[in-house]
Amino acid sequence: MPKEIPADSVGIVAPQVAQFDEPLTLRSGRVIESYQLCYETYGTLNEDRSNAILVCHALSGHHHAAGYHSMDDKKPGWFDSAIGPGKPMDTNKYFVVALNNLGGCHGSTGPTSIDPATGEPYGPNFPIMAVRDWVTSQARLADRLGIDCWYAVVGGSLGGMQALRWSIDYPERLKKCAVIAAAPKLTAQNIAFNEVARQSITSDTEFHEGYYYKHDTIPRRGLALARMLGHITYLSEDSMRDKFGRDLKTGKLSFNYDIDFEVESYLRYQGERFSDAFDANTYLLMTKSLDYFDPAADFDHDLAKCLSKSQCKFLVVSFSTDWRFAPERSKEIVDALVRAQKPVSYLEVDAPQGHDAFLFPIPEYFNFLSNFLTPAGVANA
Amino acid sequence: MRSDLKHISNWVKEGDRVLDLGCGDGELLHHLQSTKKTTGYGMEINPEQIVTCVARGVDVIHQDLNDSLDYLDDASFDTVMMTQSLQQTRHPDVLLNELVRIGKRAIVTFPNFGHWTTRIYLGLRGMMPMSKTLPYRWYNTPNIHLCTFKDFEVLCKENGIRIIQRTVVNTNHEESWQIKLFPNILGQVALYHVEKETV
Repeated sequence: MPKEIPADSVGIVAPQVAQFDEPLTLRSGRVIESYQLCYETYGTLNEDRSNAILVCHALSGHHHAAGYHSMDDKKPGWFDSAIGPGKPMDTNKYFVVALNNLGGCHGSTGPTSIDPATGEPYGPNFPIMAVRDWVTSQARLADRLGIDCWYAVVGGSLGGMQALRWSIDYPERLKKCAVIAAAPKLTAQNIAFNEVARQSITSDTEFHEGYYYKHDTIPRRGLALARMLGHITYLSEDSMRDKFGRDLKTGKLSFNYDIDFEVESYLRYQGERFSDAFDANTYLLMTKSLDYFDPAADFDHDLAKCLSKSQCKFLVVSFSTDWRFAPERSKEIVDALVRAQKPVSYLEVDAPQGHDAFLFPIPEYFNFLSNFLTPAGVANA
Repeated sequence: MRSDLKHISNWVKEGDRVLDLGCGDGELLHHLQSTKKTTGYGMEINPEQIVTCVARGVDVIHQDLNDSLDYLDDASFDTVMMTQSLQQTRHPDVLLNELVRIGKRAIVTFPNFGHWTTRIYLGLRGMMPMSKTLPYRWYNTPNIHLCTFKDFEVLCKENGIRIIQRTVVNTNHEESWQIKLFPNILGQVALYHVEKETV
């Protein structure tokens, strides 16, 4: 818990809920009749409503991006490093909006919500969301907040894909687009990892075809396994070596199948903690959304053509040790933007943290983002 | 302000789409954008410089110029510039051909290894020349492919590259009648405006 709120924090924040009763037709063809979006805002919307930044979350993220919910919170929001007074998304200047995506499990309508048609939780019957569906729902939230045009849409990983989708689907509704540690589509290897994660969950005996709520249980072990696997792909080999090496938990080998190494202990802890806090059906849904993302597919698989209608300035950032979405994948986005003659700046940040690096306040990365959002100019020598 | 800006500016047209390879802190592009309304990008390898470019509002792409520029379409820029970097690349001949492929025209500047002081330094002292333009020792110099103006012009000829204009200056980018008379001996820096010869 914070003894006192740091000066560069947005402080104590409270989530809000917006109810939408206009049906939303999804990429899958299915329709959600009504839904709720849970969101938080930081900073103040200016008079001409031109200073709003949308932050899109990644696989396991949510609306709580910055600040604290109470003085008892152990940690601030997931992107607190970048949102606050004086930070890249400077809340003295900008009005920052973060939401929990549809299908999530942190307050927006998702598999754990009650399906009005049945009076029971949607469970596995909740429609699989495509990135474009999220963006459409985010546009409706923007309407609700009176924001015609975002100053910027910012996202890392799956969040970066949403930012990119914004520039394609609503070109006139954003001025700047920051696509961080993302990819224009998943590779076979990415999909393979997601499939193993899904299999871990669905093969857990407690999964009950996704209707585990009815059995008053959760597929805890499957979800923990999925998270352990995912977590390995978020770290780099170097960062795991630095963090754990071959350090032993008890100082000697046990010669049984309990935990020997620190890295095993860490992964189990991460898995268990996650399985208590996250819904398995949401995890399945999010990984499918990732797999399906391929905006160029509608444009003869030509990403430059796909991005040709965009009107915003782009920032693309990758991290040297990210092997989940390696720098080459970001470079594909940059190449397409250059071929489409769109304004873009690109930086590959030299960072040891792997995919997770996008959450860290690495000075080079944050200065890049900060200068993109707020170009201060340079005095000529 | 960089003293080569004036010369380079003269060769860039209003509204040109410009690519600056090895753009440093983006000063040249910023100057062209504000005075000539140009569009385009810089490419740079140094992250600190990249961050400065963005502060200026100059679009910049992190790129090692030794890596392929294949992804850039033919004649997709009006002008491709490369100031004081050609001699630092691994394959200057390949890159020069890329410059005139990607750009309708290209501007290349580099230090002259045929300057009289360099010639005397090597001739009399028998050591690799060092000067204000070439301040490095042989083992730590980034200038791995130095050449003279003559060398460069031979390379252009061999590759079907036409020299539209050439300006030879001293280190302060000033012209003089002496330099005009003996460019390859008295000139320290050359600015070349080139294009692919049309067959």
